[in-house]
Amino acid sequence: MTLIKTKHNRRSFLKVSAASTGGLMIGFSWVVSCNPVSEVTEHKPPSEWFDINAFLSIADNGQVTVMSPNPEIGQNVKTSMPMIVAEELDVNWEDVIVKQAALNTDAFTRQVAGGSQSIRKGWNGLRMAGATARKMLVNAAAKQWNVNPDVLKTENGVITRPDGKKLSYAEVASSAAGMEIPDEVELKDPENFKIVGTSRGNVDIESIITGKPLFGIDTKREGMQYAVVLRPPAFGMKLKSFDDTKTKTINGVSQVVEFDNKIAVLANSTWAAMKGQKALEAKWQTDGNLEDSDFHDRTLLALLNKKADTDSHARKDGEVENKFKEADEIVERTYEAPFLPHNCLEPMNFFADVTDEKIDLYGPIQTPAGTRRRIAKEFERDESEISVGMSRMGGGFGRRLYGDFAVEAAKISDKIRKPVQVMFSRENDMTAGIYRPATKYKIKAGLKEGKITSYQLIEAAINNNMYGRLPNNFPAGALADYQVDNHRYESNISTGAWRAPYTNFLAFAEQTFLDEIATLTNTDPLELRIQLLKQAKKGVGPEGNYDPDKFIGVIKLAADKAGWRKNKDGIFQGFSAYYSHNTYVAEVAEVIMEKNRPKVTKMTVAIDCGIVVNPIAAINQAKGGVIDGIGHAMYGDFGFTQGTPHASNFDRYRLIRMPEAPEVDIHFVESFNAPTGLGEPTLPPAGGALANAIYAATGKRLYKQPFIKQDFVLE
Amino acid sequence: MALFNITVNGSSHEIDVDPDTPILWVLRDHLHLVGTKYGCGIAQCGACTVHLNGAAVRSCSIPVNNIGNNKITTIEGLSEKANHAVQNAWREHDVPQCGYCQAGQIMNATALLSQNPNPSDQDIENGMSGNICRCCTYNKIKAAIKTAAKNV
Repeated sequence: MTLIKTKHNRRSFLKVSAASTGGLMIGFSWVVSCNPVSEVTEHKPPSEWFDINAFLSIADNGQVTVMSPNPEIGQNVKTSMPMIVAEELDVNWEDVIVKQAALNTDAFTRQVAGGSQSIRKGWNGLRMAGATARKMLVNAAAKQWNVNPDVLKTENGVITRPDGKKLSYAEVASSAAGMEIPDEVELKDPENFKIVGTSRGNVDIESIITGKPLFGIDTKREGMQYAVVLRPPAFGMKLKSFDDTKTKTINGVSQVVEFDNKIAVLANSTWAAMKGQKALEAKWQTDGNLEDSDFHDRTLLALLNKKADTDSHARKDGEVENKFKEADEIVERTYEAPFLPHNCLEPMNFFADVTDEKIDLYGPIQTPAGTRRRIAKEFERDESEISVGMSRMGGGFGRRLYGDFAVEAAKISDKIRKPVQVMFSRENDMTAGIYRPATKYKIKAGLKEGKITSYQLIEAAINNNMYGRLPNNFPAGALADYQVDNHRYESNISTGAWRAPYTNFLAFAEQTFLDEIATLTNTDPLELRIQLLKQAKKGVGPEGNYDPDKFIGVIKLAADKAGWRKNKDGIFQGFSAYYSHNTYVAEVAEVIMEKNRPKVTKMTVAIDCGIVVNPIAAINQAKGGVIDGIGHAMYGDFGFTQGTPHASNFDRYRLIRMPEAPEVDIHFVESFNAPTGLGEPTLPPAGGALANAIYAATGKRLYKQPFIKQDFVLE
Repeated sequence: MALFNITVNGSSHEIDVDPDTPILWVLRDHLHLVGTKYGCGIAQCGACTVHLNGAAVRSCSIPVNNIGNNKITTIEGLSEKANHAVQNAWREHDVPQCGYCQAGQIMNATALLSQNPNPSDQDIENGMSGNICRCCTYNKIKAAIKTAAKNV
């Protein structure tokens, strides 16, 4: 066995004070373990709990409480992060009780749900937490036995010495809690993992299938008022005046307060607050541009043709302009995508109780620490006076990175000095969004002797441009002459991160463009990508941000599992591959013709995300990303007239439903590499794979999302 | 305001609300049965699905004064020990991602199976098309319904 010795960050594993984890949890209620597929271990109720470090405590009955540090958004971290701790602690998963940790930036790093980074960035720290605790338990046993700790072995919560004598973790937990924190710990060889890499059921499954309170919307507190807010009907408008006479006649309505150009109706039930909000008579006035989607389209198309400032390229390798002049043929295509609302099924909501002593916040939030900072600044209060509790979230998709709803709740509570739950109606949620920005790309490639020799990507987006290392995405690195330019139009329509920001549409543009190049050059689409990746490996262009071998690995795996271009009667295939969030994904879409229109029936997906921590949940996550990608490429359509959104509820905004969802077949590359992202990476390639399959079936190319706006696509 | 007597999960409750109050909000805010979820308020997403005399209905769009003596069953009252065949199948397939829509999915699926104990794939797709899962767990929901159909 290879032992990995790693120095740890001492601060992370300092035993935390009683206040931050609830301290010695005496008489904690007995909970049956959570694994649905394994046998349930019967435990006597614990009488005493011992905190070993911020992540875990051990009871005198052998049960282990593992804190899940990050917000749970449906990405399964509440199960999979504690699995990593339990693995290194070396206990039975059946003995583990998982609890959502409080926000504690001293004990935990990056309590964020975003960027598909919880597992990747948490991996080392979670392992260290378990391994450190294991080492302290071993040291405690060694002390009791008066032996060298190096001769002791652990397995499933039991410490064994060479002569066969045993001590359970429960028996030494009390003394382990007082042991010195070791300077070095040994991590398991991933080949010996017993929990990580095996399927473990969702720790919240019982609550979910029996309807127990779990989500922010389920919050009920003594004296709590429900708040529903009337907001400006358009981006570019502000409140002029309002009349709340009718609102105040509604049973249950207690108060109406104005704040930040908005009006909050407080009531003793959500329904009364909603009715009160509808009964408000407000007058609005223009405060800025009232923009139309047609205007955005014209503006972005004009920006695509604007010459980039000489030194403002997002990436520039070689001289594409010169290469274009030498090319046999230039291919230039434009791709267009609309705004998209997130539409978490649980609409935005938050609880706040603002008093002179403290600000108590609770609810669904992807960024609890950032939200606390923001509220501290807004209210000029010390962060130590502010608590942010994390509920399970009914979806996030990026919308809950923005704590605007928590700020609203706090402002309303501050005004009325009562506990408040602010609740967005679906109409509020869809029309007061922070949308995926409408974006257009122009891609231009020079071909010489049937090969791509130069490549230019031009982006024009509302408000936000691709950031960080995104301009280094494939095919950067594969070509000596490669250029990326960004342009933007600043709008008052609020935009932000939407599941797989930028790549959710950029991948569609690039992957359909490459498919078209493959057709024009009479090359197999997979072969075209593999040739480019081999060029990247040779270093034809300056380095990209990806590993060409891993990329080729998923391409070949997907082709193999899908039976790429093996004669399949009446089935048309399309291919796409993309690297994002540190993960490699290749997808093959299969389309059949039904009533003369293409219908997607199956997606075959290959993924290299390193170690798969919890396969049953990873498959779920990966399938969800693919179907989400298909759904939004097919149906997602959101625009504005005079600053007002075209849709405000699901009667006029279409989300994919079961009849349209293809079967998704997931295959992971077997790997002992540290895990990478999974919440987002399967989404970006899906739309392109589908468009390429639709081309194979119909001979028609798709350049715009949503696809259903094209008359040859099945509704 | 008016007094209503409604039967939920076998128990009778007297509540004092406006007659137009949807059952959804009576359940959630007055009876604190929060398993039934709000998603759209216009019967488009299915998150609020409950049973009315065993049939699946959208509780966001049925006012309390239309209930009369009809019996309401919510996710909390679907089974005594969380062991309905559909709940067992949800557990076995580990269906949820975020979990928010799943109470509505389960209530719709149980009503579907009580009407059609052996649904085809197409029956399941059509029968479940009124329930949105924003996380897109559709493959698992379908598989779990098939498992439940074998064990009902």
